[in-house]
Order: sequence, then structure tokens, then C-alpha cells
Amino acid sequence: MFWTAATALLSHWRCRPIQFATLVFGLSLATALWSGVQAINAEARASYARAASVLDQNALTQLVPRDGNSIPQATFANLRRAGWNISPVIEGDHRFGNVRVRLIGIDPLTTPGKVGGFEPDGSNDLAAFVSQPGVLIVSQATALKLSSHTDMQIKIAPDIPDGAAFTDIGMAERILERRGELSRLVVAPDQRPDLPALDRLAPEIAIKPPGDRPDVAQLTDSFHLNLTAFGFLAFAVGLFIVYATIGLAFEQRRATFRTLRSLGVSLSSLTLLLMTELLVLAFLAGLVGVMIGYFVASLLLPGVAATLQGLYGASVPGTLTIRPEWWATGLVVAIAGTIGSSAQSLWQVRRMPLLTAAQPRAWARARAVGIRLQLLGGLVLLITSAILAVFGHGLSTGFAVLGCLLLGAALMLPGVLSAFLALLQRQSSHALVTWFWADTRQQLPGLSLALMALLLALAANIGVGTMVSSFRLTFIGWLDQRLAAELYLTARDENEASRLRAWLPAHSTSVLPIWSVEGDVLGDRLQIFGAAANDSTYRENWPLLLGTADVWDRVAAGQGALVNEQLWRGKKLSIGNELALPGGWSVPVVGIYSDYGNPRGQVIVGIDALAAHYPNVPKLRYGVRIAPADAPALKERMTSEFGLPAENVIDQASLKRQSRAVFDQTFAVTGALNVFTLGVAGFAMFSSLLTLSGVRLPQLAPVWAMGITRRDLALLEMLRTLALWLATFVVAVPVGLGLAWVLLSIVNVEAFGWRLPMRIFPTDWLVLGLVALAAAIVSVVIPLRRLATIGPSDLLRVFANER
Amino acid sequence: MNGRRTLAVLISAALAMALPAVAIPQGFAGLGSTADGFAVPHPGVPLLFPADHGAHPDFRIEWWYVTANLQGEDGAQYGVQWTLFRSALAPGNQSGWSNPQIWMGHAAVTTKGRHFVAEKLARGGVGQSGVEAQPFSAWIDDWEMKGLPNPGADPLDSVSLHATGKDFGYALDLSAKGPLVLQGDQGYSVKSAEGQASYYYSQPFYDVSGSLDIAGKTVRVTGKAWLDREWSSQPLAKDQTGWEWFSLHLDTGEKVMAFRLRDSRGGYTSANWISADGKPMPLPPGSLEVTPVRSARIGDRDVPVAWRVRIPLRGLDVTTDPLNDHAWMATTTPYWEGPVTFTGSSAGRGYLEMTGY
Repeated sequence: MFWTAATALLSHWRCRPIQFATLVFGLSLATALWSGVQAINAEARASYARAASVLDQNALTQLVPRDGNSIPQATFANLRRAGWNISPVIEGDHRFGNVRVRLIGIDPLTTPGKVGGFEPDGSNDLAAFVSQPGVLIVSQATALKLSSHTDMQIKIAPDIPDGAAFTDIGMAERILERRGELSRLVVAPDQRPDLPALDRLAPEIAIKPPGDRPDVAQLTDSFHLNLTAFGFLAFAVGLFIVYATIGLAFEQRRATFRTLRSLGVSLSSLTLLLMTELLVLAFLAGLVGVMIGYFVASLLLPGVAATLQGLYGASVPGTLTIRPEWWATGLVVAIAGTIGSSAQSLWQVRRMPLLTAAQPRAWARARAVGIRLQLLGGLVLLITSAILAVFGHGLSTGFAVLGCLLLGAALMLPGVLSAFLALLQRQSSHALVTWFWADTRQQLPGLSLALMALLLALAANIGVGTMVSSFRLTFIGWLDQRLAAELYLTARDENEASRLRAWLPAHSTSVLPIWSVEGDVLGDRLQIFGAAANDSTYRENWPLLLGTADVWDRVAAGQGALVNEQLWRGKKLSIGNELALPGGWSVPVVGIYSDYGNPRGQVIVGIDALAAHYPNVPKLRYGVRIAPADAPALKERMTSEFGLPAENVIDQASLKRQSRAVFDQTFAVTGALNVFTLGVAGFAMFSSLLTLSGVRLPQLAPVWAMGITRRDLALLEMLRTLALWLATFVVAVPVGLGLAWVLLSIVNVEAFGWRLPMRIFPTDWLVLGLVALAAAIVSVVIPLRRLATIGPSDLLRVFANER
Repeated sequence: MNGRRTLAVLISAALAMALPAVAIPQGFAGLGSTADGFAVPHPGVPLLFPADHGAHPDFRIEWWYVTANLQGEDGAQYGVQWTLFRSALAPGNQSGWSNPQIWMGHAAVTTKGRHFVAEKLARGGVGQSGVEAQPFSAWIDDWEMKGLPNPGADPLDSVSLHATGKDFGYALDLSAKGPLVLQGDQGYSVKSAEGQASYYYSQPFYDVSGSLDIAGKTVRVTGKAWLDREWSSQPLAKDQTGWEWFSLHLDTGEKVMAFRLRDSRGGYTSANWISADGKPMPLPPGSLEVTPVRSARIGDRDVPVAWRVRIPLRGLDVTTDPLNDHAWMATTTPYWEGPVTFTGSSAGRGYLEMTGY
């Protein structure tokens, strides 16, 4: 009996394969985007954690210089002699040829643990490591890039992040020209019990406790939150599909339920059967979803890796590893989602009186009260969003504003549409038109979830699109200003650099050094650049957001510093604030410049002041001004006459091209996710319409009976869909713009440290509108065809059967 | 003393091979048979003090090696070892992290039932480890052998010795009751039939007082200590596989240094009889006979821990017995080093070192 009941229930799906496909596909799609995004996040986080544990020995306490300079070698010796079990590190950026790496010099005799999976594995490894010419331990990718640029021995170790190289501290000291200045001291886990206090031995250094989250993980938080939000949005939209389909399937099987119950299947058996059916379906769909998710993630990951590299300088491999955490969460989410979406339907089955007529309830019954409540809830959310936007701070507030805005708008949509339709209904005098609007209103509750999904997808598209386009326009304008020099050169060593300085002035209009040192400013490690502020290039081109009248004169004289927008916002600086720089000097802030695409703070001082305070600054990079027409010739002479490798001379145009390529890649992921979300929303629309077309015959049959042809009925249905789509789109535009505003003015400022002007791109909306229209038309085609070709006998049966 | 020299060679070999512990190789091939730009010892070069108490960075290997036989106020016997090895990857001693000198410290305390060991590694040139001749200081991290103010005397006559490790530590004052003893030919100590040699002198006449900390308990101790100083650049012969080395304090006040290097030809032996007033009487090669009496199982090794030691020329025939069979030094290069007592034609206490097991 149990088995018979089960086959009876399952036969429903055999009769309605499209419905079955909708259910499985909807759930798979929802799970896919969710687990895909989770997979990407998991991959990136694992990569940060790995990098942090290798690069920063993050699990260990560290001793760092208090004033941001360096730790003298003597301090290390004193601490060791006092019993502290510590190991020194000298690190810094270095270019081998044109390959820039983070060079980390360690002392293999005292370092706790092994380095990045590297173990000396043969005779003479240690001797080779500490002796000339030295060894660089790097990742496979870095090894490929470095091989022709150094005579040091290159060894590959599994866990070293790309772009980092471990070497002996003696080598690092020589290469980075540090002369005994240590970057930090790593405190080994095993220490003598009665250690003398640090502040007595070396008051100039501070203890940095272990387990601080890696900097890059903090930096990229907002990005991952973004991805997660997208994934969740897609999942929610996908659940609308599932909800609608399950509702329909239960509705259509009411007769079967009644029959089964009459034949003696107990309520609990029936519920059990239905639960089992749903769980199996959810599991299968979840499995498919996770697999699609893996596919989606591996498609998106190279783009994400490019984004992370471009925006944050975080290195994430472009390949995906299968991690149990997102497999499992994908399945759990699929099952939980199914249970959530089917709870209402299951509840109704349990409450259904045994012998009531099994007529389909008006599944999409109008619920005026519900709509009004929803309207009120939406309004409250919108107001909350506005209040948060005005008074809140922080990234999470930014996302709360976003969430409230989107959810509020979505909740209000049915109410707004209903009011709009009621108005139209009142305005019309023709009976058919009045019926048309009234019937549309009647359908609203059934379609409202799909319409809400469409609204969310459209608004997200408009918002994110506006943000990206605004960003792109601003960024490119800014690039044009900032990359003013015609050629950019990198000397291979100081010797070549000094020859360049002698050679260039005779061959160019002016030479702009691009020198920088790294140091701790206001507690953050950041770059301090020198600028030849006397040169007209800076005065004419450098984009300043704020500045004193004599800003460039003061920078040139070494009496002022410029800070980038990130530092200015992050540290709440203002013009005139004294800025303490490493090496014990300080200058007032005289200007703020925009610095898009840079995750970190930055300071610019006069080039002479930089060279005076940091005599060891690498003097390798230069910008060259020359009449643009002469630039190619000079570039040619740089390589042929001067002997600089071609890759060390970059002209402005290709630098801009590269920057733009990085930018476009950066937002490729956003674009792809937009398309996916829209796709899911389109599918939601389709499944809802399909659902409705099945249950709406009772409404349509009387109209047909009154003489409206099936063709006209189909046409009316089409018009109705288009009207609803148009109304939703019209609502989506302001919601999308609001979203863009929140992204640009709140989320970006918190996440990246810069604020962008908002630009509006109506043509983009038009394209989006057309795409959504196409989706709406496609979604309505099958139900329409069904309606147009429905046999009159079917329509007649409505009056006879079960009514 | 050749044993000590070989130990340092082995240690430099181990360093050159890998940081994790490696088994002692069955030979010394690969160490290079030439001195690779390092200075080499020559006969007839007088040792100069205090300068020669300091480091000789142009030589490949060198050590400051103290062993002490101690008695606690609790009546128990203890052994203490404090060693600083220097092993150069290249000659020279420039300041900074590119310094080619690698320093290694070993410290140990042996009781009847336990054996505590600690090891430290450091590179030269940055102040973490080193040796200064006057005022004398030999240190690695917080371990130090330090000359105490003693105007007019040799800087090594009066030193303090300090080291700590997991569950143990010691602070000892050493006071010399006799002169420095030059080993071999006025400090030029020939090491093999092939003529390898080192510079080598000892201070075997230390009286010791101080305290040991063992697992949280402090014990006051007194006793005798022996310092060896040796430096060289030349490796040993290829077929040598390990050694036994003895430093014996006879109850008569005399001291004996004796070693045997095991090789495929019956071994190379050497011994020095030191009178109670510090006069060295080097004995010709072949004067020493050592025979294992009893072995102990240590991990997966059988180590002969009790020995019959005979020097017929001096009428010495004794059997040594370790304070603790398991005086195993589980360091980068593992070896056995521990206090012994001996009976027979003479009685007394001393230290035994064995490698290659």
C-alpha cells in the first residue's frame, strides 16, 4: 500500500516533465550560484591563510618596531643573550630584472618550523642556503619568471605564495641593502620560563600577538561579502522558483491526496511520503547544483583572481580545489531551501479535511491584507535603509542599507503594482479592459514572487552596472591625468640608474624620478613616494581632491606631504595635520589625491626630501617627458643605444592599455554574476507563468465562453505579461540607482577607501530592458502556446469537472 | 682529543647536510680532503695566551669544551657538559648576516637516572654567539662561559659557566688549580698516521662549585672540571667511523687524556699522561688499549658503555663505569657523552665520549 501510494504520487512528475524539470533545475540553479560563490570564497580565503602562515608566520607572536623603522641587529643579539628565543626576518620588495618579488630573508639556524613546505633535502643544502650565491625558495610560477634574472639557485617549494621568495637573511640583507636593520623578529613557541621583560630590554619594539587576521583577508572582506551577497541573491531568486513549483505540484495533486487518504493511507504516511519525495529531489538537485556550482566557480575564478590581484594585490591561484566545506554547505542549503519553500504546502496537506471536494483552491487567491502588510513592511525597510545611510558607519552598515533597500523595494512591489492596476481598472470603461486589469490584479499574488525576483535582478543589474561604469569612466579619466609621462623606465640596478640620470636629460624634456620607500605611517605599512614637484607635469596633471594653494611648492620644498584618498579617509586626516614619517621626521599634510585601484594608503613627499631622509631609497624608476611624437624614437634609442631591455621601457599608451585591461578584468566577474542572476530571475518568471497558466483555466474559461477567441485570450495574456514586466522595470530603475548610490558612496568608501562620482547610463538600461523583455517573452511563450492551442473541450470541462 | 675534533667535523658535516637530525654517516667522504682556503696547523708555532683563547676564524673548526664531574650536597653524583663549537663555511669573520661562521652550543646535565640535553645554533657576525679572549667570554644566546676578574692570572683561570635547557640549568664557578696543558708537541697535536693535526691545549685542573637546577629543584655541587680547546681545518681519514675518548681525573691528582679512532685497520690511538703539577707526558701511538666490557641498548643502537682502558707503559689498567648508561646526546649529530667512574690500578672519575654508534 505504501509503495502503491508512493508510485501514485510520483506518477505526477511523469505526467508533467516540464514541471519536474523546472523544480530540479530551479533548485540546481539556486544551489549552483550559491555553492559556486562559496567555492570561490573558500579558495581565496584558503589562499590568504596559506600566504599568511607562510609569509608572516602568522601563528606566532612577533616583535615589531614601535616607530615603524627597523630593529637594529644589536637588539636581536641582546634579546637572544637575555634568553628570548626569537628569529630575525629582513624583508622587502626587490626587482630581479623586471620581476618584482617580496623577498623574505630568514635565519635558518633560529627560525621556528620549516618554511613553506621547504625542507633541506640533500647534502649541503644549508651550506648552499647561507653561502654565496644563495638560494631563492619560490613557487613554481615565480620560479618560471625568475629563472633568467638571477644567478641565485632557485628551489621550488609547494606552499610559497606567488611573488614571494625566501632566502637567507644574509642574502636579503645584501640585496635589500639593509645593513643589519631587521624588519621583525619571530618569537618561537618554546621559550625559557623566566624571560626578562621586553620593555626593559628593548623599549623600541612592540609585541604583535599571533592570529591577527592576515591583512589581505581584511582588505578583501568587502569583496567576498559582495560575492556572497550576489550568491545569496541568486539563491533567493532560485527559491522563488522552487516555492512556486512545489506549490503548483501540491495543488495539482490534491485529488490524488484525497483519493489516497480515502483508500486508507494515513496522514502521517502521506506526509512522510511527500517529505521523502522532496528530500530526495532536493538532494539530487543539490548534487547537480553543486556540480554546476563547481563549473561556474572554475569559470569565474580566473576573473576573481584577476580582481583580487588588481584591486588588492592578493595572489589567489586561478585553479579550484574541491573543498568539503562548500560541497556540504551547498547540499545543506539546497535541502534547507526545499524544506523552507515546501513548508507551507505540506502544512496545507496536513490540514486538509479528508473528504472535502478536491477542487483546486484558487492557488493564486488575492490576499489584499497580505499585500497591504507587505507594503507596510517594505516601507519600514526603506525608511530604515534611509536612516542607516544617513547615520550609519562601516561596511556592514553599507550592506545593511543595501539589504533594506532591495528587500523593502521588493516587498513593496506587489502593493505598488496592485495600486497601479486598481487605478487603471477604475480608469477603463470597456468591460474587457476592466476585466483585463482586474484579472491582472487577481494574478498578482501568484506572480508577485517572480516579479520580486525580477525586480531584484534588474535593480542589481542597474545598480552594479552604474557603479562599474561610473568607476570605469572616472578611472580612465584619472589614468589619463595621472599617467602623464610619455615613457616609464626601470633600471636594472643602481649603476644603470645613475647612467640613466646622466644620459636622459640631454634626450628628453624632463625626467621624473619615481622612487619609493616602504615604512610605517600611522600604524600601517605603506609606500612613501617622492615626486619632482617642481616639474609642471605634477602641477598640471596630478589629480588632487583637495589641497592648499601652494601645495606643489610646499611639497617641492620638503615642507608638505600629499596623502592619497584612502589614507585621508581611513585615518580621518585633514589638511594641515602633521604626519609622522619613518626615520623621525614629520611634515604637514598639504593635499589629498585620488588613487583608484590601490588598496593601501600612500604618501608623496618632495623627491629631495625623500632622498635626504632615506638615502638608501632604490633609484631605479623614472618617468620621461618628451614630445609625444618623439617618444617611439626615444624608446628605440633607450634599447639600442643605452642598452636597457625593451621590457624595462613602457610607453604611456601601453601602460594605459594594461591598466584598462586590468580594470576590465577586475569587473568581469561582476558582469558574469549579473548575467547569472538575471538568468535565474528570467527562469523564475517562466516557472511562475507556467504555474499560473495551469491553474488559470477556471478564470479564462468564462471569458472564452463569452465569446473572446483563444487567440485574443493569448494576446491578452502576452499583453499582461508585458505590462507587468514594464511596470517592474520602471520600478527597478530608481531602486537600481539607489543601489548604485549606496555602492558608490557608502560601500566603496568603506571597502576601498575612495568615493566615486555617480554617472548615469540610460543606454545601458535600455539594453538591460531589452534583455529582460526577451526573457519575459520567452517565459510566456510556452504557456501562451498552450492557451492558444487548448481544446475547447478542455475549456468546457472547467464548467463540468470538479467545479 | 682527536675525538672532539672529529665530533666538530661531524657537526659541520651535519650542518652542511640538513638541519633535522641525521645519522652519523659511515665515513667522512664528501667533506673535502683539502682545507679549501682555510689555514692549517704547522708544527713549531707557539700558542700565545690569552690571544689563542679566542676564536680562530681562518680555521674550519674549533671548540671550547668543558666537562665536569660533580657531587651534590645531597650526596649524588652529577655530570655537566658545556660546549661551544665553531664551524666555518668559509674562512673569515666579517660583521653582519653574511658571516660564514656557524656556532653551535651543547649543554647537558647527567644524573644517575636522567640525562638532560639542549642545543643551540647561531651565526657569527651579529653578536648572537662568539668568543672574546680578554676579558674572556664565550657565549651563544644566554649560555656563557665568562672570565671572572682575576688580575695577573690567565683569563681562563677563573670562569663562570652558565646554561639552561628544558627542565635543567646550571651556574658553576670554575677555578684552575694547575696550569694550562699543551697537548701533543707544544700544542701541535698530530692526529693520524697520515699526519693530520690540530692546535690543542687543555685546562684539566678546575675545581668547581655552584648549583644545578634539575626539574625545578636546586642542588649545590662541587667537583672537578676539564676544558679542552682545539682548532683545525683538516678532516679525518676516509675509513674512520667513530671514536672513544676519555678524560680521567685520577685520585692521585694526575690526569689522563686518551682516545681511540676506530677504522678498518685496528684504530688510531693516542694518550697523554699529565702529572699532578701539570706536566704533559705524551705517550707514543699504540700505547693505549681499549676494550668494551658491557653494552647498553639505547633506542635502536647497542652502545658499549663500560670499557677496560689499559696504558701498559704507565701501568694503568682500569674499568670505567658510566653514571648513567643513557647519557645519549640527542642533538643534530647524536653521540654519547657522560660522566664515568673507574676502578682498577687507579681509581677516579672522568668523562667518556663516543660517536659512530
